[in-house]
Amino acid sequence: MREKKKKNLIDIKDLSVKEIDDLIKVANDIIEHKEKYSHKCDGKILATLFFEPSTRTRLSFESAMLRLGGKVLGFSDSASSSTTKGETLADTVCVVSGYADIIVMRHPKEGAPVVASKRSLVPIINAGDGGHNHPTQTLTDLLTISREKGRLDNLTIGLCGDLKFGRTIHSLITAMSRYKNIKFILISPDELKLPEYVITEVLEKNHIEYIETNSMEEYMNELDVLYMTRVQKERFLNEAEYVRLKDYYILDKSKLETAKEDLCILHPLPRVNEISTEIDDDKRAKYFEQAYNGVYIRMALILKLLEVL
Amino acid sequence: MVVEAIKNGYVIDHITVGNAIKIYHLLGLDNIDCEVALISYVKSKKMGRKDLLKIGKLIDIVFDKIAVIDPDITINIVKNSKIIEKKQLEIPEKLINVGICNNPRCITSSERNLDQIFHLVDRKNKIYRCHYCEAILENSKIA
Ligand SMILES: [Zn+2]
Repeated sequence: MREKKKKNLIDIKDLSVKEIDDLIKVANDIIEHKEKYSHKCDGKILATLFFEPSTRTRLSFESAMLRLGGKVLGFSDSASSSTTKGETLADTVCVVSGYADIIVMRHPKEGAPVVASKRSLVPIINAGDGGHNHPTQTLTDLLTISREKGRLDNLTIGLCGDLKFGRTIHSLITAMSRYKNIKFILISPDELKLPEYVITEVLEKNHIEYIETNSMEEYMNELDVLYMTRVQKERFLNEAEYVRLKDYYILDKSKLETAKEDLCILHPLPRVNEISTEIDDDKRAKYFEQAYNGVYIRMALILKLLEVL
Repeated sequence: MVVEAIKNGYVIDHITVGNAIKIYHLLGLDNIDCEVALISYVKSKKMGRKDLLKIGKLIDIVFDKIAVIDPDITINIVKNSKIIEKKQLEIPEKLINVGICNNPRCITSSERNLDQIFHLVDRKNKIYRCHYCEAILENSKIA
């Protein structure tokens, strides 16, 4: 019997500030010296278990493993897994953990990776569980902010769009709340405000300064980072409500008039209309860098969980 | 109304009116082999009205989980017709199969053979969160 490994990444809170700093250091080193890492995972297999499709996230992980010299296997939606035959998640994971050295999973049900990690013989990385957690997106955001701003403390961060259902927003707030002198400008329509529990359990508990507003322009001149999000159709029960709110904020040149020269504009992608394509050529637009960074931080994470550094 | 005093057993006192039936089910009193009396709407100096439960045998019962329903309950342990001990309840840190997660997107709604586990996150306000999806345990979903 192989010894059961304990290292997983299910929630961004699983990582200490020190561990996050170390991952960022490794990711930066990978970006500088790609060749140094191209055989670190020779002979290792990464399984991607995607019980719901997310092509972008899956390709990012597969690219990360291939760039480390490892191999990948898996499925990209539940129709091609045994779940359709009525197999439990616990059984699927138990079996696959014998076929691979590390598992990346995405599942529509919240808390699924907790169940998986209990039965897996190998490390589990959560690549999204419903509207709950998506820690590697947060790591990607932190790497990008750190690279663009040179720091993760002393920042005023604008979060704009769907702050109610946006899990990347909740995770980013949780992660950033551990650094010194962070201030949040929470920009959303009343219907999509940050949930009360995030305010009390994260912001107020950690004495983090925040301002709630529905104006995108009001605090633009103060921002070091502007994080835009998409209003997700699947979160709404009512189509009319979605249509009314989906284009509530559109970032274009005119909105950036008062913005700082070194503002860093981020978006987890895919975008719909919330960032005008005329911004793409602005040097402050960093969302494509952010997507590229996702591969490098995932490489660093795989190295850490496989303990091959 | 007269309910016979018990010789050996428990008197669960200071139950908020209407909660005795929930506690009856939560403790599984429908499955034990002894007399149980459920008395509702009893006059009380302290509470105005209250519910009471009498269990006619000193069986092994872990009472702490009922603190989720009613933290101010008193458990009187009766031996030879005398109250030998009065116990206050401790709010448990962890609940296993006491409540059901109300989040339709929670893994517990689809995966078979999973215990319903909740952790205490706020003692003062008695707030529990699901071990899996972190949704708050709603009072209506207990027992
Ligand atoms: Zn749950």
